[in-house]
Amino acid sequence: MFLDGQDLSVTFSTRRGPVHAVRGVSFSLAKGETLGIVGESGSGKSVSSYAIMRILDRSGEIAKGKITFDGIDLTGLPGSEMQDLRGREISMVFQNPRAALNPIRKVGHQIEDVLRRHARATRATAKALAIEALQAVRIEDAERRYHAYPFELSGGMCQRVVIALALACDPRLLIADEPTTGLDVTTQKVVMDLLAELTRSRHMSTILITHDLGLVAMYCDRIVVMKDGEVVEAGDPKTLFAEPKDAYSRRLIRSTPRPGVEIGDLVEPPVPSPPRQDLGEPLLQVRNLRKVFSKGADTVVAVDDVSFEIREGETLGLVGESGCGKSTTSSMIMRLLDPTGGEILLDGKPLTDTPAAKFARDPRRALLQMVFQDATDSINPRFTARQAIADPIHRLTTEASSGRVEELAQQVGLPLSLLDRFPHQLSGGQKARVGIARALASRPRLLVLDEPTAALDVSIQAIVLNLLADLRAKLGVSYLFVSHDLHVVRLLCDRVVVMRGGRVVESGDAEAMLRAPGDPYTRSLRDATPVPPAAERVSSAAPVSRAAE
Amino acid sequence: MGPRAKLVLFRALQAIPALVGVVTVSFILTRMLPGDPAVYFAGPAATEASIAEIRAAMGLDDPLPIQFFRYVADLLAGDLGSNLSTGLPVLEELTRRLPASLELTLSALVLSCAIALPLGVAAAVHQGSWIDHARRALVTAGVSLPTFFTGIVLVYVFYYLLGWAPSPLGRLDFIYLSPPEVTGFYVVDALLIGDLETASGALQQLVLPASTLALFTLAPLARMARAAMLQALSSDYIRTARAAGLSEGQVVFGYASQNAMLPVITTLGMVFSFMLGANVLVEKVFSWPGIGSYAVEALVVSDYAAVQGFVLAMAILFVLLNLLIDITYTLVDPRTRDG
Amino acid sequence: MSATTPESPPAGSGRGFLDHVLYVLGENPITAFAFALFAMIVLVALFGPALIPYDPLESNAARALQPPSADHWFGTDNLGRDVFSRVVVATRLDLMISVAAVSLSFVVGAAVGAVAGYWGGWVDAVTGRLVDTIMAFPLFVLAMGIVAALGNTVENIIYATAIINLPFYARVARAEVRIRRNAGFAQAARLSGNTDLQVLAFHIFPNALPPMMVQISLNMGWAILNAAGLSFIGLGVRPPTAEWGIMVAEGANFVVSGEWWLAFFPGLALMTAVFAFYLLGDGLRDIFDPRQRT
Repeated sequence: MFLDGQDLSVTFSTRRGPVHAVRGVSFSLAKGETLGIVGESGSGKSVSSYAIMRILDRSGEIAKGKITFDGIDLTGLPGSEMQDLRGREISMVFQNPRAALNPIRKVGHQIEDVLRRHARATRATAKALAIEALQAVRIEDAERRYHAYPFELSGGMCQRVVIALALACDPRLLIADEPTTGLDVTTQKVVMDLLAELTRSRHMSTILITHDLGLVAMYCDRIVVMKDGEVVEAGDPKTLFAEPKDAYSRRLIRSTPRPGVEIGDLVEPPVPSPPRQDLGEPLLQVRNLRKVFSKGADTVVAVDDVSFEIREGETLGLVGESGCGKSTTSSMIMRLLDPTGGEILLDGKPLTDTPAAKFARDPRRALLQMVFQDATDSINPRFTARQAIADPIHRLTTEASSGRVEELAQQVGLPLSLLDRFPHQLSGGQKARVGIARALASRPRLLVLDEPTAALDVSIQAIVLNLLADLRAKLGVSYLFVSHDLHVVRLLCDRVVVMRGGRVVESGDAEAMLRAPGDPYTRSLRDATPVPPAAERVSSAAPVSRAAE
Repeated sequence: MGPRAKLVLFRALQAIPALVGVVTVSFILTRMLPGDPAVYFAGPAATEASIAEIRAAMGLDDPLPIQFFRYVADLLAGDLGSNLSTGLPVLEELTRRLPASLELTLSALVLSCAIALPLGVAAAVHQGSWIDHARRALVTAGVSLPTFFTGIVLVYVFYYLLGWAPSPLGRLDFIYLSPPEVTGFYVVDALLIGDLETASGALQQLVLPASTLALFTLAPLARMARAAMLQALSSDYIRTARAAGLSEGQVVFGYASQNAMLPVITTLGMVFSFMLGANVLVEKVFSWPGIGSYAVEALVVSDYAAVQGFVLAMAILFVLLNLLIDITYTLVDPRTRDG
Repeated sequence: MSATTPESPPAGSGRGFLDHVLYVLGENPITAFAFALFAMIVLVALFGPALIPYDPLESNAARALQPPSADHWFGTDNLGRDVFSRVVVATRLDLMISVAAVSLSFVVGAAVGAVAGYWGGWVDAVTGRLVDTIMAFPLFVLAMGIVAALGNTVENIIYATAIINLPFYARVARAEVRIRRNAGFAQAARLSGNTDLQVLAFHIFPNALPPMMVQISLNMGWAILNAAGLSFIGLGVRPPTAEWGIMVAEGANFVVSGEWWLAFFPGLALMTAVFAFYLLGDGLRDIFDPRQRT
């Protein structure tokens, strides 16, 4: 085998004793092959790749096991020889590309450093070769980009530079550690396609480390699933997705949103999707909404002429990539921000007659609530879960908080014993539940869900999505679901509004739009999202037919 | 004009509000002189009439804005008032004594940078090693030791007990003649005329006060150097550099320490502020004839106008030093060039 | 839906605050030492004057300049006064000056900084300019100028020290409030019906407090140093009052002739106090940071 890891264990020494991040992991990779390592946070997938490169933190060490690369024992290699291999034989591409580049050095010079370190260039030839490396990753106007600093480049462009740097010395193995996390889906597709093409044309072997099952399904020849530092299953994508043997990989595959499944299919065991309610009167109407931010002489039109409506009991998806104006729109609807122009009507009456700064005392405050993207950031670190949920009850209702807090906790499935914990003592999923309970505390009629699952692992995302669907059915509340992911939006929403550059590109029925997008942008958005192959429906209960269908 | 020159000019313009603020505060402080300035300037034997006369002569009856403009006009003409006891213009005395203070401050700065920066970097690279512990001890000492106390302890040990240092009285022992003034720095001036004996005499006088001051400024520099270096070393771009096989030397000195120097440069402003203050105390301990001891002498004889002249001079010096730091930072960090 | 989730709850539940303090102290002996030192200084300041063996102001030419002995632990000064008694008595004055100065600048600085950080706009511009102007002076030199202008008294030492400390609090408060102004929990608090003032007071400020507590502790040491420095150059406290800075200044003249104890012991006391506050700063950070509370 080209790359072979046997029984690899990595241990970190911490103040609270040793942490075994990777335990007895074995993997192998043939020449020209692409291996995908998938797992959720804390699965040890990144640590394994650092172990291959021998760039573990000071506190981490390879406790056991052996890695051979083309016959060379990497684990036993002296540090200086390993250093020679890195960048020349084995290279690595990281997530968060802008931070991965030295902020105060020209990108061209950073590539030259690598070329000259591995004697691929001399002082005289370095510049030409660096420009060549930039051209190889399709950076236009490479001569000019050579002189750019990372802060002058976009995220996607920075990732190309990182790839150029990694491939500059023609290595034979490339390890890509979450190379597209944090990039927009359309950029992700461009970067991944480029990476796949370059490694294929150079006959390189690749390890792709990701949390995204869709990515590995699309780009990898073989897949390793990791959990808690161990490999739970390995195999080729087809078999793995068709008949996962391990319970965890089955659950992981199941909880990844993909075409053809319903929301209840995401959890293990599958549950019948809750019935959709009949839609009532228009609850919220947005008309010609506009927001202009001005800073000095610069003005940015963040939201431009946006109109839509949400009816009683309806869930509307608001979809777009970063910077499309979806968050600004939801902030205006939530009355955290005043619009520059246009109308927002609740039950046909304008909301904007009370300015955002005074809206906290408006009686309609209780009717409009929000679940935030980052549950950790959205709970006051000094409040217990109980205090966080009780705050809106005290301020917006006349109810007593005792009893009501417990009722809400039960509704969102938060164990009552956790109510007196601080946020840092709760897991991500538990914090998400606290955030939802708090949003429901004042008995709102419209809930804005601002990427409520973006920071969560897929298995937890599946649970939270189902919780939201349950609550909608029980409470009859309307949702505005803000997301960048069309496939997630489809699961929960009746209708979808797609935004780009502050404007509405397309709107319509969720199911229909995903099947046949009317606008080319919607199509590119849909097609850019990698999805695992549609699984067979392993429903233990017959899914309830949806009211909307 | 190139973009860099433009940016430097822009930074220079940004120092103007600080100067205006400094002059305003200084004006307020001079008008708040204890009691009635006229009574104060008239001296103890003054009569009603002579006080009124002085009041009129000083323009104290005029509206404040007019007094302020007069004050600014005087400043622009280089008039900081006169010293009560010597009768000499404050500005003249300050300029005469400034080289002594600068010699002390600069040698202390060079000394503390030469120790603190490598120490901080080494402590970060070898976190938890004996170097790190030595740094912590030194930083703790630097933070908690009052400069005047350090100075006194050093004098006791190196002058009284060991006899290695000359008596802590000024810049040069009486047996030497001060060298002809070129830079105003005795050590440099003596070397310029090839007088090694005087140079060594001046250097011996300089060692203790400069070390005292250096120990005090070492703490913030070493602490910031270590913190910035630790942060740089844990950055993603260092991981990239390591993964690309760059040598440890290039990673630490090429990539990490260059980035780590940016926050250190910013800290220099604070360091200068501490230094110019501590300078006063050190000059008093070592009878160093700089502008700090001038201010202390003026305080002793209650010559508050001279003190305010000193405060303003120091503030202007500090504003200029901060400007220098800003410009350096602008030139080093490409990210500031966007404006 | 399935309630058995892979959400692993972190171990340990809400402990009492006291438990937590004891835990931090047990974890970190240096912090425990700092607290002990701090307690000792406070006790000396409170009860020291009642327990001292000699009158700190009573001079006696017959026993002038005696080195430390069983009778006079820290020796006697040039007027025959007992140095130990004077060092002990001075604790209260030095502590009072710095506590008063730091409290004053904390209250003003935190309020101004928090308001500027939360609302921004012209309030921020004005206070920012004010703080910049103070910072445009070398701070100790500014303190000299203020005392010289306001008059040479202990109160004015306090005001001067408070003014030069002000920028630190204002800046920390502003920065800490500003980064949380649009944090998720602040937005959530607005949605929960909190007015701007309530968001600032109940949600943002309590979270901004820990870094300010650390700043207080570090600044306390610095405030003591500044106050002592001012009296060292003859401002504020007048002889024969016992105060560490002025005692070092008086003792300095005798060091060149070998009578080290006059300056050494008050200097040591000063150093100990600053050292205690410096260590306390790190300890406080551990205690007030809820993320450490597990």
